[in-house]
Amino acid sequence: MKFIKNFFVKTEPLVQKGAKFYWLHSVHEGFFSLFFVQKDTSKSGTHIHDFIDLKRTMGVVVLALVPAILFGMYNTGLQHFLAIGEAATTGFFEMFLYGLIKVLPVIAVSYIVGLGIEFVFAQQRGHGIHEGFLVSGILIPLVMPIETPLWMIAVATAFAVILGKEVFGGTGMNIWNPALIARAFLFFAYPAQMSGESVWVALKDGDKLVDGFSGATPMAQAAAGNIDNFSVADAFFGFIPGSIGETSTLAILLGAVVLIVTGIGSWKIMVSTIAGGAVMGLILNIFAGSAGLSPEVATYFSLPFWQHLILGGFMFGAIFMATDPVSAAQTEKGKWIYGFLIGILAIIIRVLNPAFPEGMMLAILLMNTFAPLVDHYVVNANIKKRLKRASA
Amino acid sequence: MKSEFIIYFCPPIKYYSWFNMSEIIKLRKGLNIKLKGSAEKMLEVLPFPATVALKPTDFPGLTPKLKVKADAVVKAGDALFYDKYHPEILFTAPLGGKVISVNRGERRKVLEVVIGADESAGFIEFTKADPTTLSEDEIKEQLLKSGLWPFLKRRPYGVIASPNEKPNSICISTFDTAPMAPDYNFVIEGQMDTFQTGINALAKLTDGKVNLGINNDSKFSHVKNVEITQFDGPHPAGNVGIQIANTSPLNKGDIVWTINVQDVLFIGRLFETGKVDFSRIVALTGSEVETPKYYKTVLGAPVASLIDGKLKQADYNQRIISGNVLTGTKVKEQCYLSYYDSQVSVIPEGDDYELMGWATLGINKFSATKTFISSLFPKKEYELNANLHGGDRAFVVSGQYEKLVPMDILPVHLLKAILVNDIDKMEQLGIYEVVEEDFALCEYACTSKIEVQKILRQGINTMIKELG
Repeated sequence: MKFIKNFFVKTEPLVQKGAKFYWLHSVHEGFFSLFFVQKDTSKSGTHIHDFIDLKRTMGVVVLALVPAILFGMYNTGLQHFLAIGEAATTGFFEMFLYGLIKVLPVIAVSYIVGLGIEFVFAQQRGHGIHEGFLVSGILIPLVMPIETPLWMIAVATAFAVILGKEVFGGTGMNIWNPALIARAFLFFAYPAQMSGESVWVALKDGDKLVDGFSGATPMAQAAAGNIDNFSVADAFFGFIPGSIGETSTLAILLGAVVLIVTGIGSWKIMVSTIAGGAVMGLILNIFAGSAGLSPEVATYFSLPFWQHLILGGFMFGAIFMATDPVSAAQTEKGKWIYGFLIGILAIIIRVLNPAFPEGMMLAILLMNTFAPLVDHYVVNANIKKRLKRASA
Repeated sequence: MKSEFIIYFCPPIKYYSWFNMSEIIKLRKGLNIKLKGSAEKMLEVLPFPATVALKPTDFPGLTPKLKVKADAVVKAGDALFYDKYHPEILFTAPLGGKVISVNRGERRKVLEVVIGADESAGFIEFTKADPTTLSEDEIKEQLLKSGLWPFLKRRPYGVIASPNEKPNSICISTFDTAPMAPDYNFVIEGQMDTFQTGINALAKLTDGKVNLGINNDSKFSHVKNVEITQFDGPHPAGNVGIQIANTSPLNKGDIVWTINVQDVLFIGRLFETGKVDFSRIVALTGSEVETPKYYKTVLGAPVASLIDGKLKQADYNQRIISGNVLTGTKVKEQCYLSYYDSQVSVIPEGDDYELMGWATLGINKFSATKTFISSLFPKKEYELNANLHGGDRAFVVSGQYEKLVPMDILPVHLLKAILVNDIDKMEQLGIYEVVEEDFALCEYACTSKIEVQKILRQGINTMIKELG
């Protein structure tokens, strides 16, 4: 390990301003600080600092995502072998390996494109490389359907990093969740390739499909009025088609435990989002019998409210997307409002607008937009309280 | 986890103790940082040091005007310099002797006025009287002339009180919750009557009350002529600013004065003996100190006189801090103790690389978050160094600061208002209510390593400049 340190220390003068390799300055600093916590000590204010830094914070989020990543790999294999009718004869590891081979390139493309752009921007601005993309880079693959072409992943990642983040000033400055920007970009730019029934299951030409295979996600089926076509247990454990990381509610909840116990993710946002979704589901249940609804919509209305929580990207969004501290509401009271409205909106969009089966993505992006407004009112309440105290 | 839910669902509560009918306020937000090296309750009296110094840099916003030149002979209590904008506020020599040097920094800014102590130089005689028999003006004059006035600080802004204004009240915290802080119950032993004399003098300076914040089991619970409130909770419960905010929060136009416990003793001694006596008990603390304990020395004593031969032998760098590890000033061995400090902390500098430090389990890494194994051992004491443990970043994580400030204030929004220099917003978000020490824990816990105290002082300076 010492030679790594020596390498970085020795090469440091070469990347200083004016030196030959200055254009590698940010990359040098980025990798050096990744391997070694730097020797900088406190210059003003407190003399001791918490051991937490952005690297560890992001590291904990990635750790929390590991169950969802691993399950996503397994499920990719499972869905493939189910589709070609060989699931019964294929072993667990074979399925996992198949998924691993399918998913790894997606992750690699996302990281290479995203970090590459981050490096360039950091160097241009002359500051260090910020860690925000460590999480975005894994979130992007997890919200993509497995059959999304790699070039699309690359384009979407570039779009998200440049227009979703860097134009605002980089990590900490963005308005919207970058990973969702990537997903939304593909959703609206390539609707033909990004929806329908062929993108959710990894298949190659020539695969012989089993009779009755549709490839549609339970959510698409639910929107079509076929809510009985999936089992609740399958949806909870995640043995259903869907985006790579979103299918298993159980794996996501494991991640939620990590985020809540470490205090890295806001439990207020998680709880309020889930509460919002449940409340909206209940409201829809009440109106399920009303006249004038088409039969498909009426059956979707009557879906038990808690089943909304285990379908589609709802749970993944509530735990990993809505809680992004930069794009979420920043005030503690604001977090309750922000999360609750995400839950409500996600279910409204999902059920009432069949053009957008994935309401969660749009609900979060919409509330990202309004989070500063929510905060504005919370901050104003604090200001008013202070004024009232003064005049009392 | 549990504590976070409690913080959220149980706001600070106020109740009355049946025992002595004093008010008890239980604060839930905050954090106790348990460091190795708290002072043992042992007192060693040090001989008077050969030199002492006053440092104008200890007073934020002060423009000093010198009254003495090098080689002048001064008595204890003679003025060394004064405030350019309040010439009546004097800063006096803690010990008599000869002015050895006036050390200046950039642009001839006065950094230190050093006195070579000589007992034969003598004392200035002031009025010796029971303060209860004196008038407000007499007390004021005596405090100004003797150089004890600068110990009175005013809120808002945490600067030296102005003699022309009248405070709503005077607030004193009698306990310090900062890491390894001195225990004033120990420091005050045998000096309670002097403390009472000081309180009696202070009581004349306000139409309101002298408020005393005490903790559980406090020796100060029998002080008279004061309003006593008991506070219970983690740091910063012992900060006077937090105590004010939880009893009668400052509004625009309100003025409250604050003073430290040991500085009340200076006032008490002045009226009891008619002489200035700046001897002070200082706790020498920290993991780098061989046997941390209390020392009796004098205001402005050289750091070396306190630490020489008392630190652990080390092949790494050590950081000496006048004050506590959250709000103190980094000093060198040849520096002098800061004006308001009753504590010296010595910790490892930590100026070394750590392999994959951000990814370790962290059994010895104390954190306000629960991301290190250490959070499973709440009672453990830690040896922390001055390393930043990370690079500086923009605000990313939210909700971190709010958990550490037991006041009705939005710290991040206030800091952002300062960063964009929005004076209206600073006022609206409560800049009058805070000084650096109240936000020090935020700086400690900040994931993005933001220099919170520096930013806050910047904002306060802007307010002073723009609004006076």
